[in-house]
Amino acid sequence: MSTFETIPESTSQTSAEHLAERLSKSITAAAEADRREGWNRPPVFLPESENGVLEVAMGPHHPSTHGVFRMDVSVDGERVIRLKPVFGYLHRNHEKIAEGTAYLASMPYTDRLDYFCSLTNNWAYALAVEKLAGIQVPERAEYIRVILAELTRIQNHAAAVGFLLQDMGASGTPLMYAFREREKILDLFEQLTGSRMMCNYMRFGGCRVDVTDAWLDRARRLVAGMPQFVDEFEALLTTNEILMVRCQGIGALKPDLAVNAGVTGPMLRATGVNYDLRKVDHYGIYDRFKFRIPLGDHGDVYDRYMVRILEIREAVHILEQALKEIPAGPIMDPKTKLRGFRPKPGEAYGRIEAPKGELGFYLISDGGSNPYRYRVRPPSMINLTVLEDMCLGHNVADVVVILGSVDIVLGEVDR
Amino acid sequence: MAIDQELKIEMGKQGVFVTTIQELYNWGRRSSVWPMQFGLACCAIEMIATTMARYDLARFGAEVFRPSPRQADLMIVAGTVTKKMAPQVVRLYNQMAEPKYVIAMGACAISGGPFKQGYNVLKGIDRYMPVDVHIPGCPPRPEALIQAFMTLQKKIDSHHLTGEGRPRYLDPDAPGEFKVPEPGEHDLEPASNQGVWPVPVVIR
Amino acid sequence: MKTVEEIKAAIEAAVPGAKVEIVPNPGPSGEHSLLLGHEQAVEVARFLRDDPELALDYLSNVTGVDWLDKEVTEKVKVKRQVTKTVDGVEQTVEETVDETRKHVEPGYLEAVYHLFSMARKHGPVVLRLRTGNRTDQVEVPSLTMLWRAAEFQEREVFDLYGIVFKGHPDLRRILMWEGFKDHPMRKDYVEPDDYEYEPTAHDQVLKRAQAHQAQAAAMGQEGAGAGQ
Ligand code: SF4
Repeated sequence: MSTFETIPESTSQTSAEHLAERLSKSITAAAEADRREGWNRPPVFLPESENGVLEVAMGPHHPSTHGVFRMDVSVDGERVIRLKPVFGYLHRNHEKIAEGTAYLASMPYTDRLDYFCSLTNNWAYALAVEKLAGIQVPERAEYIRVILAELTRIQNHAAAVGFLLQDMGASGTPLMYAFREREKILDLFEQLTGSRMMCNYMRFGGCRVDVTDAWLDRARRLVAGMPQFVDEFEALLTTNEILMVRCQGIGALKPDLAVNAGVTGPMLRATGVNYDLRKVDHYGIYDRFKFRIPLGDHGDVYDRYMVRILEIREAVHILEQALKEIPAGPIMDPKTKLRGFRPKPGEAYGRIEAPKGELGFYLISDGGSNPYRYRVRPPSMINLTVLEDMCLGHNVADVVVILGSVDIVLGEVDR
Repeated sequence: MAIDQELKIEMGKQGVFVTTIQELYNWGRRSSVWPMQFGLACCAIEMIATTMARYDLARFGAEVFRPSPRQADLMIVAGTVTKKMAPQVVRLYNQMAEPKYVIAMGACAISGGPFKQGYNVLKGIDRYMPVDVHIPGCPPRPEALIQAFMTLQKKIDSHHLTGEGRPRYLDPDAPGEFKVPEPGEHDLEPASNQGVWPVPVVIR
Repeated sequence: MKTVEEIKAAIEAAVPGAKVEIVPNPGPSGEHSLLLGHEQAVEVARFLRDDPELALDYLSNVTGVDWLDKEVTEKVKVKRQVTKTVDGVEQTVEETVDETRKHVEPGYLEAVYHLFSMARKHGPVVLRLRTGNRTDQVEVPSLTMLWRAAEFQEREVFDLYGIVFKGHPDLRRILMWEGFKDHPMRKDYVEPDDYEYEPTAHDQVLKRAQAHQAQAAAMGQEGAGAGQ
């Protein structure tokens, strides 16, 4: 098996030490000075070979499955030495449109931000408006919100892992498994809200329609079968040799940079920072449930994958508790008038732990029926801030994997 | 048709197949439509769902999504086309080899959909290139996409190879490429391709 | 967590000469914000980030707000000296009269920063930076050097609002294309006339339809069918 020995190390895998060594060589004096000043700028990589640097525009139409996103990559041989993301190919003016319509009319638009997780988007917006106007939410509605949000988290993470593997070249199979589960959850959503993807379900002060007992039974059955799916998924992937080689040590992110760059969600927790808004902000009724926050310790692609898988398992635990305890009662705050809704002047920033990270809504009311300022804090976009830092020094083929592990949705990146 | 349908079926039962070049040609085209792997927004997720196990687009000979426009026959414009993206979409369409078909999937691709009021949203891809099938919906369900496929297959089946009603790609005078708009200072230039998109007249 | 007043006091103690003003928030959320002067803004922000008690290491949200020029009408009581004949004697009396005055409060652009602490798990602290006006003095200092999180968000604010962040390392358009001239999120942005038609136009859309129609009529035939 002499052929294996002749494979140079850098083409098959880039070990963390190897990368660190290259890094230390490449940082220029200017970048060093900036870092001392406190600015965490990406390191500057200098070309090593004499063949010149090749500039590649990856995207906006790119085979990897993340929509219309462009990366301007400079490669020195196979090695990435510069990477600039280019956004805006899906800039749909959500904020401008929302500033021109009534508060409630923006609810369906929030579905289309991160189109995998319409229900968590709804919740974030509803939460921000509830904070702006000081609305209380009845208990049953809170339970329904938690159930839907955790179901959303499961299907988002499953699909994200599927897409990650798709990007890695495992075309079809893991994605098919993920979508098989996703379809089951979408059926639940459809039965409750009338739509598979664009649910438009939450309202300020509650939810739109009540769940039936039959629906809850169906959800319980689905949740009961979920650990089996995760086991199967893990058996297929977690210890798979190719997956480990392509993920471990790739795209490592340091916790201090992650915090400084505002990275949130599974990406942040994969670096080992324990920051989950469900535990920090205690929004909704997450206090009542027992669940753990999975943390990684290398911050590489593999950790991100693993955190997602473990979050699915924790979400199943939350769902089991919520589905058991859900009380009877009203689902809408009786004092809130949705028609002619005019909150008092003021502003509020509401945020939740969406599957992709901290999804925030910043609203300014001037007392009118439209928000004066409506801003979405998109986790996908801000998580991309560190894309360059993660990709530098790796091979071009790894860039796609790293991008896949960030888990972006362009509807939210560009809005 | 030169041959009587009943007779054809009868002969088929006897093991003799009679067909015309046109039928054979159309059959071949319609049974292997290869779409381009090209998603723009939310609708693309439903497009992916359509290719997955449950809806199984492979039944229609169309599961082979090609990443390159050169290898694709069908462009599914699945999602919102923004003004920043529109030049690329038209360019991709120009790069596809004839015969090529376009499905405008979802309200956004048809008209701008819910984002019609947006300053950066193109009000329908048919401003710049011809569309064969429109599917309404936001997003259209996978069944709707399958329906659009079948509609497209019917359309391909009805093509005549010669004469007046022949499709665009067999007509040497018909254009196969369309002008790629340029991003201007305030808007795309031109705002629509002349000849492709007649300004709609509303009759009241 | 400290209240805004305490934070203000802490800032003033730590950064001499810092201009900090509290902008109250009348809404139920009660998130009051701190308006920073330009000169010391970076210093103040650095203090907020590095102070062990506040430790606002996480910049969550950066955004812009456009405040238009406001015409304010206010009633003022004015004292005037009036010459009057009282009891046959000419006297100068003071009299209070109501007068309506109008003045235009110049608008400005505003950058809003939401800070949280991941280390101590509190927040938000809201910072605001204001530009001089909406046309030529649109600069504010950038905080990207302190928080990388601001990098793309400040670019976005620059793109959509036209606030120029001094000291930003890479201030280019991010969402719109290079060569685009306007700042579309401003309240007075006029969209290009690519109006098509809508069968049931109402409100703003109807206005746009009518404007489009008028323009089309003035130009002649092209697009004349639209929006009738
Ligand atoms: S039609 Fe609806 S679902 Fe499809 S891209 Fe547009 S907004 Fe998204």
